[in-house]
Amino acid sequence: MSPKGQVYLFATLFMLIGLGLTAYKSAILNFPLLPDTERTVWDIEAKLTFEATGEPLTLSLALPEKQSQYKVLDEIFASAGYGFAIEDNKQRRAIWTRREAEGSQTLYYRLKITDRSDDAPPPPATDLPETVIQPIWTPAEKTAASGLIRAATELSADPASFTQQLLKMLSGQSISQDGQLLMEASRGDSVAQIAIKLLNAAEIPARMVRGIYLENRLYNQRAEEIIEIYDGKQWIFFDPKTATQGIPNNFFMWQRGGQSLLDTIGGYNSRVSFSVLGNDISAKAVALKEAQSEAVALVDFNIYSLPLDKQNIFKMLLLVPIGALVVVIFRVLIGLKTSGTFMPVLIALAFIQTTLVAGVIILVSLVAVGLWIRSYLSKLDLLMVARLGAVLITVVILMAGFSVLSYKLGLDQVLTITFFPMIIIAWTIERMSIIWEEDGPREVLTQGGGSLIVSIIAYLLMTNNYIEHLTYNFPEILLIELGIIMMLGQYTGYRLTELKRFRFLIEK
Amino acid sequence: MFWDTIAKFKKKGILGMNARNVAYIARYNERHLFPLVDDKLKTKEAARKHHIKVPDLYGVIRYTAEMNDLGDLLNPLTGFAVKPLRGSGGKGIIIITGRDGEFFLKPSGKAMSLQDIRHDISNILSGVYSLGGRPDTAIIESLIRGRPDMLKYSFEGLSDIRVIVFRGFPVMAMMRCPTHQSDGKANLHQGAVGVGLDICTGRAIRAVQRNVLVDRHPDTGVDFSDLAIPDWDEILMLAAKCYDMTGLGYIGCDFVLDETRGPMILELNARPGLAVQIANGIGLKTRLEAIEALEHFDLHAEERVALIRDKFAATPDAA
Repeated sequence: MSPKGQVYLFATLFMLIGLGLTAYKSAILNFPLLPDTERTVWDIEAKLTFEATGEPLTLSLALPEKQSQYKVLDEIFASAGYGFAIEDNKQRRAIWTRREAEGSQTLYYRLKITDRSDDAPPPPATDLPETVIQPIWTPAEKTAASGLIRAATELSADPASFTQQLLKMLSGQSISQDGQLLMEASRGDSVAQIAIKLLNAAEIPARMVRGIYLENRLYNQRAEEIIEIYDGKQWIFFDPKTATQGIPNNFFMWQRGGQSLLDTIGGYNSRVSFSVLGNDISAKAVALKEAQSEAVALVDFNIYSLPLDKQNIFKMLLLVPIGALVVVIFRVLIGLKTSGTFMPVLIALAFIQTTLVAGVIILVSLVAVGLWIRSYLSKLDLLMVARLGAVLITVVILMAGFSVLSYKLGLDQVLTITFFPMIIIAWTIERMSIIWEEDGPREVLTQGGGSLIVSIIAYLLMTNNYIEHLTYNFPEILLIELGIIMMLGQYTGYRLTELKRFRFLIEK
Repeated sequence: MFWDTIAKFKKKGILGMNARNVAYIARYNERHLFPLVDDKLKTKEAARKHHIKVPDLYGVIRYTAEMNDLGDLLNPLTGFAVKPLRGSGGKGIIIITGRDGEFFLKPSGKAMSLQDIRHDISNILSGVYSLGGRPDTAIIESLIRGRPDMLKYSFEGLSDIRVIVFRGFPVMAMMRCPTHQSDGKANLHQGAVGVGLDICTGRAIRAVQRNVLVDRHPDTGVDFSDLAIPDWDEILMLAAKCYDMTGLGYIGCDFVLDETRGPMILELNARPGLAVQIANGIGLKTRLEAIEALEHFDLHAEERVALIRDKFAATPDAA
């Protein structure tokens, strides 16, 4: 393959890999493409309290199952003095055990979850219902129940609308004497429990779903109950409080069907209460945590795995290719003359520390004074290396002088002068002074101005919030930059400045 | 407007810097051959082997200590040139055309002491003019004394003739005439006049100074229109031979016309600039592509020159 073909092949390959990895991280791992996007992380604490009797203790708590719209980031079980295990057959359950304990006991289970970025509703459960067992009623209950069922059947067309009517009557949204009667007769049972009994009596499979509402700063909240019915095809959620179909907003399902939430052997007065705390955390931190909990190789072998101070150095390093790209574009596409190929990138890096206006003023005055002193040095017939050394020392003296003077004047900004790379400045002064002697001050201004323009543009891009965020969080963008630079290396079109230079050739 | 200009450029066959670098220099100039043209001593040595005339070498100064004998070397001479071995673009060259007792006289008449020359040589040695600042060597050459009939075309310096040679075929040429503005240097961007030359005949096509057409030399007032380079056939042959000598596919050969010895190679350039297009008013690309379209490249220098004469004589764009 011709060199040109190879360049295009590899450049395209690099760009595709870069774009692909960026898209993967953004779409699958949820790394935000924009800076400062925040996601809410919910810190849920389940507190188990009970009185121990002194007998051997076994506590079994149902644990939340995998859910599509929430993602578990972290689980912590605080259980000093207790044996602990997770049982994972039909349903996940945490088991705490202890030979003996007395008095009131507290156990904690903590969970960190986050919304998945896609807002798709959870898919319906796929399991088939078990056979419906007819409930056992007291005679009083039975009369009220059959009245309710009859009324609801009349007003409905299918199991879903039947459930809705039933819940309306139970919650008092539509006036029903039977509803009130039944509620009073089975005092102590929740609306959800009564509704399930009624549904079972009407031969509709139904089950309890327990969970909590994710609202910030909720303390000691009891598990909320919603019900799920099987209409012959699929499971449908109903909120018994509002009698509405579908899973309520912010409802985090803890336990679906199955056994009880908490089983206690060897204790009494057991109770589970929940506290919820919402934190807005940068989306990147969440994505990182997610990726770490799933051990995604791309993130595992990444800059994030470095110590924090090294990460900051990389943050800078990853910006350098942006500067290089600017230089390549300016030299190849525009044709601007700069003194020293990548000198503008180094100057731009220094500007990041000094801020732009202060940086430009400091740099220009430093080079101007340096050139003036250098013009005297050139009369002294020094060997070049010695002269360069002398210029270097002059630069150091100037930097110190500038700093002290400006500090006394109260201009703290000038103290950042030390961020300018001395060697580069000394070499620039040397080159500029030779250009001055050979090609005149005009050429010095052209090249100096060109370098300054490129530095400023590189600086503006490198400090751009968006670019900084992208280069740091998506290092695979390096590959895209590499591809672009390779392509530019094959560019054989005219430079912008050549349009002016050769304009004369097409004029008649 | 923008695309319009580009379209016109393309139609005219103008070669841009990027295309020159990628499509010609990178493709036809092998990197390992560069030292042959970048190092003037190697160029001289190779030229001698190929019977191509170059200025005589008086001395070579590699180390500062060698300057102790500089007086002994320079004092007997009335004219000479000091050049950095790896310099480019005419930087760092000192021309001495006469003497005034102890002093050495520059073409402008300015006097230099031996000490001044020593200083300039120490600059050369420390690498101020070489690419990348590498330590360099200074060479001292015989002064070229321009042909009296050509002197009127230059001011305070010597005109030279740049011939672009592509794969052994001389494709375009110009004469570069120093002016007061260019400080006696044959550099077009410093204000020297570029005179486009008909590649077949060596006659002037037009003259340009700083992107303005001129009829006469701004300092000497001589009309360029009747300029015809003497010994043009010899120049074309020498240029064609430079390809055999260097193996570089895209070079610029700089000639001077010496009063007694005729055309001589002053230096070769593996990255020749594009100003030759402005001087000629012709795009280089058209000519380079015409050469690339040829079927045989295994020709002798004579055959190549003959082919050029045949091919580019009829080009109407030379008008």
